[in-house]
Amino acid sequence: MTAAIPSPNLSLAHSKEFILSLEGVNKTFDGFKAISDLNFYMDDGELRVIIGPNGAGKSTMLDIITGRTRPDTGKVEFKRDTDLTRLNEYQINRLGIGRKFQTPSVYIEHTVFENIWLSLEGSRSVWSTLFSRITPMQRDRLQAVLTTVGLADQAEWKAGRLSHGQKQWLEIGMLLAQNPKVLLVDEPAAGMTDEETHKTGELLHSLEGKHSIVVIEHDMTFVRQLARKVTVLHQGHVLCEGSVDEVQNNERVIEVYLGRKKKA
Amino acid sequence: MTHTFTKRELILILLLALGGLVVLPGLNAFVPAASALHVSSFTLSVYGKYLTYAVLALGVNLLWGYTGILSLGQCLFFSLGGYALGMYLMLMIGKLGQYKADIPDFMVFLEFLTKYPATGGLPPHWIPFKHFWFAAAMVIIVPAVVAYGFGWLAFRSRIKGVYFSILSQALTYAACLMFFRNDFTFGGNNGLTDFKFLLGYDINAPGTKRVLYLCSAGLLLLTYLFCRWLTATKFGLIQRAIRDSENRVLFSGYATADFKLFVFVIAAIIAGLGGALFVPQVGIINPSEMSPEKSLEAVVWVAVGGRGNMLGPILGAIGINSLKSYATHAWAEQWPYILGFLFIFVTVFMPKGIIGLPAQLGEIKRRYSARNQPTPVRLAPDSVPPVSSEGARK
Repeated sequence: MTAAIPSPNLSLAHSKEFILSLEGVNKTFDGFKAISDLNFYMDDGELRVIIGPNGAGKSTMLDIITGRTRPDTGKVEFKRDTDLTRLNEYQINRLGIGRKFQTPSVYIEHTVFENIWLSLEGSRSVWSTLFSRITPMQRDRLQAVLTTVGLADQAEWKAGRLSHGQKQWLEIGMLLAQNPKVLLVDEPAAGMTDEETHKTGELLHSLEGKHSIVVIEHDMTFVRQLARKVTVLHQGHVLCEGSVDEVQNNERVIEVYLGRKKKA
Repeated sequence: MTHTFTKRELILILLLALGGLVVLPGLNAFVPAASALHVSSFTLSVYGKYLTYAVLALGVNLLWGYTGILSLGQCLFFSLGGYALGMYLMLMIGKLGQYKADIPDFMVFLEFLTKYPATGGLPPHWIPFKHFWFAAAMVIIVPAVVAYGFGWLAFRSRIKGVYFSILSQALTYAACLMFFRNDFTFGGNNGLTDFKFLLGYDINAPGTKRVLYLCSAGLLLLTYLFCRWLTATKFGLIQRAIRDSENRVLFSGYATADFKLFVFVIAAIIAGLGGALFVPQVGIINPSEMSPEKSLEAVVWVAVGGRGNMLGPILGAIGINSLKSYATHAWAEQWPYILGFLFIFVTVFMPKGIIGLPAQLGEIKRRYSARNQPTPVRLAPDSVPPVSSEGARK
């Protein structure tokens, strides 16, 4: 079971550059250790699933990567050369790290089109937004994103009119519009029908390779569909890593998920 | 909000502009005083005052209705603009004051001559205000700088929602107490008053009053058009995105603090310009204009008129103040209760204000008729569930 956790030594010998790496990260909230000596490495272009029981530190980990929370100790690096702990949310986003929140957060009073337009990569300064108009190139890109997430027909709808599942896709579309290197997706299938969940899985597969994707998920059927390397978090620490089958047959994972067994 | 004017809106604006810029001042200038149609200079000034309030309301709306920032201190900026022009007006009184002195009366009374002997009793920072251009520049610069400083601290520290409201209220209250002090050199309790001349013209002459009124109406129109333009740009989209989901904007790479700061400074400049036209028409500016309840009143105008659109706040400011001037004659004691009730009633039952009333009534009517027609259920266009969409099914 320990073999599944890459040690720092192993990581140095790795051929590919890690797009994201967390080393020895700790975070305590009011005495509660949310993240405890967390080590996490991700390859460029990888699709990685993170699972774990409630309170395992999954969302806190995303908070730390995206600058919402500062770790007490440890290193958080992007492409091994950018220290993310020194940057704030929008600076980290501008590096190419996009995040989808657990509850869909879209601009409900704006049209689907406008939601994507505001997310398209480009200048983010106050002045540029005062005088910028949408270019034909941006319009093409926008259409492409809308098609990818299956919302081309709803472009002129107010986002508030979309169903829950469509809002989730819109938010994924808003991330894609930023053309990020890393996509952090927190429970994309939450509250979706089986059909919608399946479609979300296909969408994420289609993005694999073009972006590095971290998916946090509870739904094991969905995790199975994604069928990629799974990292199990427990009490703010990586419990094990491996394929879905490996993870599901891991004794400690069973222990954690199915209640504590007395150790023999 | 659409990027272009609808025909109905355009007609409404043209009618309002015609009434405000041509008819009302025309009735004052060309209809003899004996006629029933004559508008007195006093009435014109009263409406001029309401128009400056409407300008203030547009600024409040830009912040609250469009960006979700509820500032309870906008009258501070209104007053700062007013004081800046008031200082110029004070220095234009010349020797016509009670004391026949070179310096304004309150400075004689407070024995400033012993405090500032080198400048003949005039505090040094008052000296440049004898130039109109300087005072006019300060009308914009002072509110902008104060708003920038306060906003920078507040937005960088991520102070939001009710905490921001409370802080902004504390700011205007602190300023109010400061201006009350005689040694703060702005006339203390009495403020600045007894103005005589503006750019050489008698400030109480009907012609001057008419021009001031026209300036107020013009300022309101320009502010309206500016706000329309701003909210239709991509900036405007981000403004409302911040209102609806600030985290999403922040995590999309926008420095939301910069955007909020920009709107806050713009709203302060708008308020300051309104204040500068308020003072010569009312003839006085004192610290009570900065008291927290004045800023609260401005918020009530916007809530009652309807926030999140551009005509509601104008309607609210002019409407409530007209009501106030009537009510404070008829039931002076009860006015605060009337205003309070109005605010609560509108907040609870009319979230979109008076301007949103037709749409709200239409909605109620639709729902009522839907209830009386068992099948098929008719829904408002906006609430059609998106079941027919391709994306959701495939």
